[in-house]
Amino acid sequence: MSTSVTFKYTVDGEDFTRAGEASSNVKGKLKQMGVSPDVVRKVAIAMYEGEINMVVHAKGGDITVEVTPEEIIMTLKDVGPGIPDVEKAMQAGYSTANENIRSLGFGAGMGLPNMKKYSDELTIDTKLGVGTTVVMKVKIN
Amino acid sequence: MENFTNSVRLDKDLCKGCIHCIKRCPTQAIRVRNGKAHIIPEFCIDCGECIRVCPHHAKKTHYDPLDILDKYEYKVALPAPSFYAQFNNLEDINIVLRALKHMGFDDVFEVSAAAELVSQLSREYIEKHKDKAPFISSACPSVVRLIRVRFPNLIEHILPINAPVEIAAEEAAKKAVKDTGLPREKIGIIFLSPCPAKVSAAKHPIVNEKSEIDAVVAIKHVYKEILPYMVEAQNESDDLLQAGKIGISWGASGGEAGGLLTDSYLAADGIENVIKVLEELEDQKISNLDFIELNACSGGCVGGVLQVENPYVAKSKLKHLRKYMPVAKNHIEETNGVNKAYWDKDLEYQPVFNLGRDFADGLAKMEQVEQLCEKLPGLDCGSCGAPTCKALAEDIVRGIANEKDCIYLLREYIHKLSSDLKKI
Repeated sequence: MSTSVTFKYTVDGEDFTRAGEASSNVKGKLKQMGVSPDVVRKVAIAMYEGEINMVVHAKGGDITVEVTPEEIIMTLKDVGPGIPDVEKAMQAGYSTANENIRSLGFGAGMGLPNMKKYSDELTIDTKLGVGTTVVMKVKIN
Repeated sequence: MENFTNSVRLDKDLCKGCIHCIKRCPTQAIRVRNGKAHIIPEFCIDCGECIRVCPHHAKKTHYDPLDILDKYEYKVALPAPSFYAQFNNLEDINIVLRALKHMGFDDVFEVSAAAELVSQLSREYIEKHKDKAPFISSACPSVVRLIRVRFPNLIEHILPINAPVEIAAEEAAKKAVKDTGLPREKIGIIFLSPCPAKVSAAKHPIVNEKSEIDAVVAIKHVYKEILPYMVEAQNESDDLLQAGKIGISWGASGGEAGGLLTDSYLAADGIENVIKVLEELEDQKISNLDFIELNACSGGCVGGVLQVENPYVAKSKLKHLRKYMPVAKNHIEETNGVNKAYWDKDLEYQPVFNLGRDFADGLAKMEQVEQLCEKLPGLDCGSCGAPTCKALAEDIVRGIANEKDCIYLLREYIHKLSSDLKKI
């Protein structure tokens, strides 16, 4: 049986100051495990974008990060409003964030595009009014 | 063998084995074992936090004693700009420079003069390599050492320009040989250092083959020695000033960035703040800036542990001193005319915090760490000698500690043992 490690995080949807805590924690652990700096960077950026999305759009949620010998699998699950048009949301610059969020420097419409750019595989499972589960995979080699 | 020699040392006789230093160390480089603190040299970045926080003054900086001056026939002092901010009611830096000569130095070469060259080199380098921005200052050796062990993705953003003191030493040595005709070994280029990190950078350079600095003395020692000479230096008139506002300003946080003549910068000081900025830079949360100035000490070099004055008072004194100075007194026509402008070699990532030999081993060890963390109480009490339960778990996995170092696990073990004994 091959080894794998799983880290679990809860994202607080009310607290902007804590957004990025989970990705920062994962980053530290990946480095300690000896994952190459390039891969660590991809995971950190992709996961941070996901975390911010959970705070901005979905009042938080749960993140599970599984590290296997081949890949890092991040599962971000929220019970938010769901994404009405995934195709549109994937376009760079498309944003539904309100003025308030934008004034904080977020909501540039790069969240999902960056998550796609920095992960090797991205799947989005979303249902309006029910929630969204995003799975991102980053290959280790 | 990579160079991990540090300048923070422990005085075993004074160490009581308490947990102040292990808790404060930003890289978790200290453990208490058998009642005494031990510094793990690979983890230590010489920031001096443990020196600041130790209530028993058991942490010390390794530097040269003042009588090292006797070793050399011709001695040149290299005062850091923050040195001038240590004195009360000082109106003219010339008084300090003259007093250094009365104190036993034959000549003085201001580090702030070389700092002005570094400011110019940095402006030109940043302009030429805009695509690699933001650039991180390389002047604070603690920050460079921190990035070397913890932020591999940021190495390419560090300005590969030598610190002002290195360039000052090179120029001062050249000038001394020319002025005196003496062989190089009879000349002592002596740096007046504000902190342990700069002692290490001079004695055990990591980006250069060697340093032209021959000895490093502590500012706090020179301070005590120089005071009596400052009275007579006041009445003299020779002008020894080599630098202007830009050079002097390097002594405090924001000064280096100010010399770049751009608004596109941030300047952070204090090691915890520095780490936060580096984390955010690594995640690309900070963008659209040309320059990031980072100083491990609060207030910048004026906050070094070998200084005498309160860093914020010193910062204000520095501001007063530079008021009537010219903007700069040093300019280079051809920047490739500066000796020792750039690092000799690239900075290489040193993954000292890795748990395993390779990724497979690291993954297996991380699994063990996670399991141990579940078992440990999570109080981070420090009684085991490690700063946190997680650090203890890592030490156990690395084979340098065991579960019974945790007093809570030990208590459980003893309870179990005594109840087992009762059953017999």
